[in-house]
Amino acid sequence: MSINADTVKHVANLARLNIPEAEVGSYVDQLSQILGLMDQLNSLPTDDIEPMSHAVDILMPAREDEVVNGDNREALLACAPDSEQSHFRVPKIIE
Amino acid sequence: MFSDPANLTLANMSELLKKREISSEDLTQAFLERIEGLNPDINAYITIDRAGAITAAKEADKRLDAKQGEPLTGIPIGVKDLFCTKGILTTCASKILNNFIPPYESTVTSRLKGAGAVILGKTNMDEFAMGSSNETSHFGVVKNPWDKSRIPGGSSGGSAAAVSAGMGSATIGTDTGGSIRQPAALTGITGLKPTYGRVSRFGMIAFASSLDQAGPMTKTAEDAAILLQAMAGHDPKDATSIDAPVPDYMANLGDGLQGRKIGIPEEYFASGLSPDVARVIEDAKKQLTELGAELVPVSLPTTKHAIPTYYILAPAEASSNLARYDGIRFGYRCENPEDIRDLFFRTRAEGFGNEVKRRIMLGTYVLSSGYYDAYYLKAQKVRRLIADDFKAAFSKVDLLLAPTTPDTAFKLGEKTNDPVQMYLSDIFTINVNLAGLPAISIPCGFDKDNLPIGMQLIGRPLDESGILSAAHAYQQATQWHTRSPIL
Repeated sequence: MSINADTVKHVANLARLNIPEAEVGSYVDQLSQILGLMDQLNSLPTDDIEPMSHAVDILMPAREDEVVNGDNREALLACAPDSEQSHFRVPKIIE
Repeated sequence: MFSDPANLTLANMSELLKKREISSEDLTQAFLERIEGLNPDINAYITIDRAGAITAAKEADKRLDAKQGEPLTGIPIGVKDLFCTKGILTTCASKILNNFIPPYESTVTSRLKGAGAVILGKTNMDEFAMGSSNETSHFGVVKNPWDKSRIPGGSSGGSAAAVSAGMGSATIGTDTGGSIRQPAALTGITGLKPTYGRVSRFGMIAFASSLDQAGPMTKTAEDAAILLQAMAGHDPKDATSIDAPVPDYMANLGDGLQGRKIGIPEEYFASGLSPDVARVIEDAKKQLTELGAELVPVSLPTTKHAIPTYYILAPAEASSNLARYDGIRFGYRCENPEDIRDLFFRTRAEGFGNEVKRRIMLGTYVLSSGYYDAYYLKAQKVRRLIADDFKAAFSKVDLLLAPTTPDTAFKLGEKTNDPVQMYLSDIFTINVNLAGLPAISIPCGFDKDNLPIGMQLIGRPLDESGILSAAHAYQQATQWHTRSPIL
């Protein structure tokens, strides 16, 4: 499968990455090269193989639904680039 | 009193501390001085926590004086800058986290501190652990102490260089596709990647969650056993943590190799191995036979598909994990965003380096509508075949022996413009991550340029004892692991 400039721009949009026009070409080249490497997998028959999503087959453990982190609002907000009155602050979203 | 703490193993230091022949404060002071002297050149540490280390050392001395010490009490170590450490800058070697001071502690560092270890600082690495050469760090490349024109390997390159150069008794690294074992091999040290789930991932900054695993990087297998003992065990905070008893690794260390079957996977000895590596591994095979092991040829036929499989799955998981860096809740935010869209797009474009962006793009692509089945699902199926290969081999043998890398350390800058060549340097290590197995890399010789070569011993799930005791038996009979670079 080949990648072109439109695909790179589409994927960059999905990934929320600003990619300058001048760099689109090098992404096309590098991603195509890497995906070329991937295409060798097509030679391997895998129709009856169960996909493996984790190294260890364990079930997702459940626990009681109770708060265990305690009140750490101030400590968490202190990590934010911008906050005000216990909220994260972002540029205006609604016109 | 310590002009050179670099020649002692962690086990030696533990003994001297227990006997009170040395104090943790003096030892810590000696390491800090050595780090401060060497770091401007080697760049193994991003953050040096002098004040925190001295305070922890004084606490350790009190416990040791009161005969309440454990094997790690007062031992100065370095920790990869990927583990969240409460109140200490944690960057993952990325600009996007260059101001992040975690409000919580990772389970690994919490356990190590609880066991008395003294944290000297946070070691350099490839940005978000994405790299095989430690050249993608926002804080600059790390140099290989054996030849400073060469890479130390990656992504735990700072951790590896620190042990090799004696800038800490040992360090903690993480291994997603070889990031402990490959740099360990290239810097002449011992590096253990435990079974997936053996060590908690809580508080480790996620790269590829189904593959990431933390482990010790040390001078010897014995030192690795001491550290793993403190790190391993079930953690309710990590849903993938295995709830199984932790064996006494030190008690099993002397089990030896008598009668044990070591599989030699033919695919790892096919083309592409440098002549020096091939020669050195042949010598190691002889040595292991002399120690009582039986070598058995085995085949892992899906080996050659591991690189494409890994470079689909790991970037896919990474693109999803790295979606959290949005410039809102923590980390870097771009200057004067016009609107929320500009904030997201510019923060991420300015905050991530090229290799990280490349992997986010790749991961987003393989997960995107229309390509999911062709890439991601296909890779998950091949992953099963790779894991099944190992299962079949382990029905015949107890361990597997393979080179850790096809060649010794390459030159800084040699592969930075060729991502495919860079990815291929992980060829012997990533299979183990895909299958979730434990593996250890240990020094086994040198090439013609006096650069270290490593071999890996791969074990059954949760058989860290098996590979540690095999590595220990080899290290009792050889001297490769005792060599250090001249600095």
